[in-house]
Amino acid sequence: MKITIDADKCCAAGQCVLIAPEVFDQRDEDGVVVVLDDAPPADQHDAVREAAAICPAAVIELHA
Amino acid sequence: MTALPLAVVGASAAGLAAAEALRRFGWTGPLTLIGDEAHLPYDRPPLSKQLLHGTWEAERLLLRSTEQLDPLGLDLRLGTRATGLDAATRTLTLDGGERLRCAGVIIATGVAARTLPGAADIDGVLTLRTLDDALALRARMTGGGRRLVVVGNGVLGCEAAAVARELGHEVTLIGRDPVPMSRAVGPGVGALLAEEHRARGVRLLTGAVDGFETEPGSTDEGARLTGVRLADGSLLPADTVLLAIGSEPAVGWLRGETALDTTDGLRCDAYCAAAPGIYAAGDVARWDHPVHGAPLRFEHRMNATEQGMAAARNLLAELAAETPQSAAPDTPAQERRPFAPVPYFWSDQYGIKLQAYGLTAGADQVETTVIDPAEHRTVALYGRGGTATGVLAAGLPPRQVRALRAVIATPLPWEEARERVRAATAAG
Ligand SMILES: Cc1cc2nc3c(=O)[nH]c(=O)nc-3n(C[C@H](O)[C@H](O)[C@H](O)COP(=O)(O)OP(=O)(O)OC[C@H]3O[C@@H](n4cnc5c(N)ncnc54)[C@H](O)[C@@H]3O)c2cc1C
Repeated sequence: MKITIDADKCCAAGQCVLIAPEVFDQRDEDGVVVVLDDAPPADQHDAVREAAAICPAAVIELHA
Repeated sequence: MTALPLAVVGASAAGLAAAEALRRFGWTGPLTLIGDEAHLPYDRPPLSKQLLHGTWEAERLLLRSTEQLDPLGLDLRLGTRATGLDAATRTLTLDGGERLRCAGVIIATGVAARTLPGAADIDGVLTLRTLDDALALRARMTGGGRRLVVVGNGVLGCEAAAVARELGHEVTLIGRDPVPMSRAVGPGVGALLAEEHRARGVRLLTGAVDGFETEPGSTDEGARLTGVRLADGSLLPADTVLLAIGSEPAVGWLRGETALDTTDGLRCDAYCAAAPGIYAAGDVARWDHPVHGAPLRFEHRMNATEQGMAAARNLLAELAAETPQSAAPDTPAQERRPFAPVPYFWSDQYGIKLQAYGLTAGADQVETTVIDPAEHRTVALYGRGGTATGVLAAGLPPRQVRALRAVIATPLPWEEARERVRAATAAG
């Protein structure tokens, strides 16, 4: 799994960080998403899928 | 045996989330997504922000690309309106007259903008709910020097006023409540917003609209707006009016089905079920929140996605219990779960981002603390009956915002919550 993001669309809701804190973080200054690990291990995949689905600004894209 | 489809009505945030979740949670049968707008599912929050401002074009609002939609294998019916539902047989009627018998239905038809009598016939009076609405408003806002009156000083009216002001137009924001957004966020935060709007040059008025002044329009466009008449008799000259006076749940098409309660949204139980096999999600759904007691309905973007996913999950669990073998052979049968989110919404005005968790409306106790006025750093705590129910943050770092969310994720006595808010926002 490979994660790409469209950070410009991020609305800083922070839901991804609540769901997958090992993979996502937020910038201190404006809360915009930061990817900590863009090729996360398999045990993170479910959480990352959930984070991508729940993102209210459709920022997170997953590739096989 | 040909399997009956699952159908999702409403192809926007909640409907898309539901359809995706049905697939993710194992539904391999036919899946129909019905939406009356002609567009692929798109996002609404940017309509009153980046799109209106002109920084984003419409394509940027698409929630999914066609490449992302394709693998879902949807029977996607855009430009199609559902006109009726027979709950007992789970049968939808579509606007072409087609009847679609389903194994289950998720209703995600959202809300429609409220308007005023006669407004539709006047050139220059607009609402803002859909992409088409936003493009029409934006078209009027290109080129400077418009005189815009925004009627309604709730979240939507405030956001649109801010953008119009940034674009250089003359903007009057008029509302029944003397303080903007006070119903959503209380008078303290509302007063801070009022100050910012005033500082930016928005004229704030308290009052109600009585009607519109017009002159004969050119050709077939009908009457053209020249001003807004207020209940106190005064007249505001205007060439554009945005009505931001709230919305009505899109339940008109369900009114013929007496098994459903459609008073202010579609009434659901704690599982988001309105009837056996019939679920609802998003702005249209009024459900029993297990923590907050009273039936609640939110018009918040995050709720649309979360509830779409919850409704999908619970519908599949119900179907699996109905027919233990068939529903989803590959996935272990799941239990239905009450939908108990921590409500969340945000609003962007000028450079200020408000983020609120829990219940901020209808509080009987509010404490607003301005931490740093120049940076608009603010925290507010909301409570009812001695229990803290909601919290709002502006200008705070994300770690603090997440800590504030944790404070009201489960109800706490007011004093204890206050202490925890203070600790969460202490410097460091
Ligand atoms: C301008 C604007 C700005 C916003 N900004 C924010 C914000 O900053 N933060 C925030 O938290 N929330 C915001 N919101 C709210 C957020 O967009 C909504 O909560 C969200 O769109 C709800 O999604 P939904 O899918 O439930 O309903 P909707 O988005 O309303 O979608 C319902 C869809 O169903 C269709 N439909 C209706 N009836 C039928 C029928 N009979 N048959 C077929 N289709 C039908 C509708 O046309 C629509 O496409 C904003 C909303 C607007 C309009």
